[in-house]
Amino acid sequence: MLSDTRVQVADVSFSYDEQAAPALSGVSAVIEPGSFVAVLGHNGSGKSTLAKLLNALYLPTEGNVVVCGYNTREEKYVWEIRQRAGMIFQNPDNQIVATVVREDVAFGLENLGVPTEEMIPRIESALSAVRMSSFSDKAPHMLSGGQKQRVAIAGILAMEPSVIIADEATAMLDPSGRKEVLETIRALNRQKGITVIWITHFMEEAALADRVLVMSDGEIRLSGKPAEVFDRMDEMREMHLDVPHMTSLAGELRAAGMPLRPGILTVEELAEEVERLCPLKSST
Amino acid sequence: MPIEVVHLTHCYSEGSALRTVALNDVSFRIEDGEFVGIIGHTGSGKSTLVQHLNGLLKPSSGQVLIDGEDLNGEHVNRRVLRQRIGLVFQYPEYQLFEETVAKDIAFGPKNQGLSAAEIDERVRYAMDCVHLNYDKYAERSPFELSGGQMRRVAIAGVLAMRPSVLILDEPTAGLDPRGRDKILTMLEELHARENVTILMVSHSMDDMARLATRLIVMSEGKIVAEGTPREIFARDDMMTSIGLDVPEAARLCAALRAKGYSLPADLFMPEELKEHLLRLWKEGSAC
Repeated sequence: MLSDTRVQVADVSFSYDEQAAPALSGVSAVIEPGSFVAVLGHNGSGKSTLAKLLNALYLPTEGNVVVCGYNTREEKYVWEIRQRAGMIFQNPDNQIVATVVREDVAFGLENLGVPTEEMIPRIESALSAVRMSSFSDKAPHMLSGGQKQRVAIAGILAMEPSVIIADEATAMLDPSGRKEVLETIRALNRQKGITVIWITHFMEEAALADRVLVMSDGEIRLSGKPAEVFDRMDEMREMHLDVPHMTSLAGELRAAGMPLRPGILTVEELAEEVERLCPLKSST
Repeated sequence: MPIEVVHLTHCYSEGSALRTVALNDVSFRIEDGEFVGIIGHTGSGKSTLVQHLNGLLKPSSGQVLIDGEDLNGEHVNRRVLRQRIGLVFQYPEYQLFEETVAKDIAFGPKNQGLSAAEIDERVRYAMDCVHLNYDKYAERSPFELSGGQMRRVAIAGVLAMRPSVLILDEPTAGLDPRGRDKILTMLEELHARENVTILMVSHSMDDMARLATRLIVMSEGKIVAEGTPREIFARDDMMTSIGLDVPEAARLCAALRAKGYSLPADLFMPEELKEHLLRLWKEGSAC
């Protein structure tokens, strides 16, 4: 069972109450081990509901969610699932439970009943992976938002998960905090092969993912590589979503006749295309 | 009602080992009808500064003059001055508490002792400013609304006081693109149509490029630069050195300049950049 570290969502529907329209309807997706998948969608599109289904905070009304081989419907596996698929939330201040950083990281392990001698190295290595070792004796309230989110990530890492689900983990951070959290999570994805499911409103963050899922009205509407998804600018805007600034500028230039290649996401990519299409005249 | 900040210094935990200088000799003046953006990374003193502007914090030294009057002067009616300077905190929707949207917005005017008719007029005005339809939303619970709508209700509560100056600390933080755009459009209109002076703290350089007529850049408790967005975003080295970004369009220009293209230094609006790039391409293909 351990060998299967996929996250499978099969034809899942979910309603908060019977009268209301379903928050999710007929959602299916397979998240491959080690991949970095961004989930986009406006408020109320079902992103957070999906996230909460992935670690058994909610159970599907219909369909199945299988995390690392465990079906979330089987109550006896709930803790197995939550240990394998850790979740980070939006507000850094709502996730810190202890008064000292290292104790906060220890919280999950204590609940699992991990012996102290095993706990210490796991905490140290988790803090070092998020570059917060030097803060291990500090009080969490003295940390910046980005640092708090990194402590929250360390708390999950200590549980040695296969999957990290982040529900707008950077929404309340400033640009430097956002960058440090995103870099931390990307490093964990690449170096430790942890699967990341990254829910965000920042198109620039989604542009870095292996794959983007776009949700609207409780369904997955688009799925593909960031370059493919963001080139479908009209559809994105119909769903009240942006595309990265450079993709949008490239789109307008293309509409005005400039034959730019598709799939431009970053400043560097657009600069290269401009260089290709408008070569500098060496003599003048 | 111009705002003038004169040699303002603020220390937290004065007289203890944790003493921190959050603002260090800050001076500037904001004229009526300006749309001023304050930018700076976390801890640069922006929020401390904003709290001084309607008297929530008292300066360690220096003055805040509203319409020439010292906000912290002995005989000043701070209540009246505060009514004229509306302050919208970060995540203001956390402060909503009433049963209905209308009641929540009416809270300030009611405390002012206005008549029922006047209160109703204020609520309608404020809801109109934030693009919430009165008939549809007035009697709804604010807690049933989306995050972006809740934030607009909170802003309406401040606008119902009919402030001449509106100060907002990170008004778009944490919203989705649609919610963000609605807030920005609304601010644009308030500034243009109602002639409200606006002071906005934001991390989003692209928002600032779109809205602000002037920028104040803060770092480590001091003002390090001041000028139009055009002037500020042309100084990408200065911005990078204090840990701030410039709008992406300005970064593209910098990247192209590094490749040897000559582009004006003050290009940061996507539309202008688009025209420039098209010209560059047409000139290239003409020869």
